[in-house]
Amino acid sequence: MINSVPSDSVGIIKPKEFHFDNPLELASGRQLPFFDLIVETYGELNVNKSNAVLVCHALSGDHHAAGYHAANDRKAGWWDACIGPGKAIDTDLFFVVSLNNIGGCSGSTGPTSTNPETGKYYGPDFPVVTVKDWVNTQFILMKRLEIPKWAAVIGGSLGGMQAIQWAISYSEKLHSAICIAGAPKLSAQNIAFNEVARQSITSDPNFFEGRYLEKNTSPKKGLTLARMVGHITYLSDNAMRLKFGKTVMDFEKEGNNFGRDLRSGKLSFGFNVDFQVESYLHYQGERFSENFDANTYLLMTKALDYFDPSVDYGGDLSRGFSESNCDFLLISFSTDWRFPPERSREIVEDLLKTNKEVTYLEIEADQGHDAFLLPIPRYVAALKSYLNRIYNEITTNAS
Amino acid sequence: MRPDLDLIQSWIEPGSRVLDLGCGGGTLLKYLKTSKNARGIGLEINEKNIQNCIEKGVRVIEQNLDKGLGNFQSDSFDTVLLTQTLQALHKPDLLVDEMLRIGTKGIVTFPNFGNWKSRLYLATKGKMPISKFMPHQWYNTPNIHFCTVKDFDALCAAKNIKVLARTVVNSKHQGNWAMKLWPNFFGETAIYHLSRN
Repeated sequence: MINSVPSDSVGIIKPKEFHFDNPLELASGRQLPFFDLIVETYGELNVNKSNAVLVCHALSGDHHAAGYHAANDRKAGWWDACIGPGKAIDTDLFFVVSLNNIGGCSGSTGPTSTNPETGKYYGPDFPVVTVKDWVNTQFILMKRLEIPKWAAVIGGSLGGMQAIQWAISYSEKLHSAICIAGAPKLSAQNIAFNEVARQSITSDPNFFEGRYLEKNTSPKKGLTLARMVGHITYLSDNAMRLKFGKTVMDFEKEGNNFGRDLRSGKLSFGFNVDFQVESYLHYQGERFSENFDANTYLLMTKALDYFDPSVDYGGDLSRGFSESNCDFLLISFSTDWRFPPERSREIVEDLLKTNKEVTYLEIEADQGHDAFLLPIPRYVAALKSYLNRIYNEITTNAS
Repeated sequence: MRPDLDLIQSWIEPGSRVLDLGCGGGTLLKYLKTSKNARGIGLEINEKNIQNCIEKGVRVIEQNLDKGLGNFQSDSFDTVLLTQTLQALHKPDLLVDEMLRIGTKGIVTFPNFGNWKSRLYLATKGKMPISKFMPHQWYNTPNIHFCTVKDFDALCAAKNIKVLARTVVNSKHQGNWAMKLWPNFFGETAIYHLSRN
C-alpha cells in the first residue's frame, strides 16, 4: 500500500473506455463486429496536438502503465519507472496514451468479453489477433483522440514490435519509433518456449477447451506453469544468482552459492520445494494466474509467434521500412537472452539498408529481458535525452 | 574550429551522408549537420560519448569497430570518417578497406609515429615514446597499431587506394612549411582524404 503518491508519479488515474462501432477486419480474415478499448492517459495534450506519445504493452501488460488506480494500490503501473513528471517519458512534456490491446483481459474486448453472436463469453472463440491488428486498432483510437501524429510510439518486447509495425503500417503518422528489447521476429527457441506455455494451459483439466469461464473455473495450474516458464526467460542466469544467492554457507565464499538459497535452511530429500528460486516461481506464477486470463495468454503468445512484418515484403524487412521517414531508437540489454542484442541489431541493419535515422544502444545490465521495465540509469538517461530531443523537434516544427 | 577538423569539413560536400567511425561525443557530426546539412551517423562504444551524442541530437549506433562493419551496405555513404582511431584497431587495414566499400570517400587521421619527437625519444631513451598525447605505457595502451606517414602511404599504394589529399599538422593542429616539406618528420597528426581508384 502506498501512503502518499510520490511526487514523480502521475498520481491516481482513472481509465477511460472507448467504444468502436465499426466492424474490425482482422489479419486472420475474421472480423470483430465492434470493440472496446480501455485507455489511460497521462499528461496534457498541447494545443497543436503534437506531443502525444503511444505506449504499447508487452505480453502480460495492459493499459495501466503508470500511476495508481487507488491510494491503497500495492504497486504502480507496469512502466512507472519511466513514465511520470520528470521521468524518461516526461508527462510534463508529453501526453502519454496507453491502452489494453484487443484480446487482452483488462477491459478491452477480449476472450472474457461477451460474444454478441452467442451471448456468452468469447473464450476460445475470440479470433487470433496479430500485432498488425493491434496497430490498426491503435490507429483507430488515434483518430478518435484526434491526434494527427504521434511524437513517439514506444514499447518494450512485444510492445517494441508494435512500434516497429507502426513505422511500417503508418509511417507518416509517427515522428519516432522506439523499440526496446525487441526482435524483428521470433526465433524457433522463442516459439518453443511459447508452445510449452500454451501446452501447460491447454492440458490443464480445468481448461475445458477454453470454456472454463462458463464453468466458473479457470486453468490456474496451467497458467501458473506458463508464467513460470515465461518468467525464467525474462531473467538472466546472473540476475537469478544474485536474487536467490544471498545466504552464504560456512563452506562457501561470499556470493558464490550460485543462487542456491534454501527455503527452509536444509534439503528435504523429497520432491517438495527446497530452493528459494522454486518458491519464488511458484508464488509469481500463482499470483499471475489469479489476475490473468488463460485465453488471453494463448492469444498474446500467438501474436508474438506470428509477428514477422517482413512477410509482406518477400522476407526483406528493410523494404518494409522503405516508406518510413520517422526517427528510430533501439535499445537492447546485454544479458537479455529472450530477445538478445543481436535481435535488435538485425532491425538496425535493416534500417541502415534504407538509410533511416537510427540510434542504437546496447545497455550493460544484469537483469535480462526484464531490464526494460527497470530504472537502469544509463537506459533511462538515454531514453530521456532522446525524447527531449524529439520534444524539441516537434515543438519547433509546429511553431 | 580546430584546423584539422576545419580541413576535414572542407572535404565534405553539403547535404552528403557521413559515417563517423569512433565519433566520440558527436562534435564533428553535429558541426557537419549545422554547417553542411550533412546526414550523419556515428559509431561509438564509449557510454559517455554515446550519451553526449544523444543529447546533441546526433544519431549514434553502439558498435565495436573491431567486430567489423558488415551491417553497412556498400556505397551507402558519401564519406566515411576515421579520426584518431586507426591506431587503436585490431585490423586497421581491413577497416580501411571497409571504409571505402561503404563510402565513396574516406577521411583518416592518425598520430604520426614517424614524428621527430617519437624518433628522438626512442633513439635517446631506448623506450617506447610517452607524451601528453600518448600517455600510456606499451602494455596498457589502447594504441596497438602505430604507423608513420610513410607506412600509411605504402598501405594505400598496396591497396590501390587513391590519396586525394594528404596533410599533416602539429599537436596544436597547425601546419607549416617544414611539415609540408618533411611531413613524416615534422607532422604529428596525419590527415588523409582517400577514394577508391
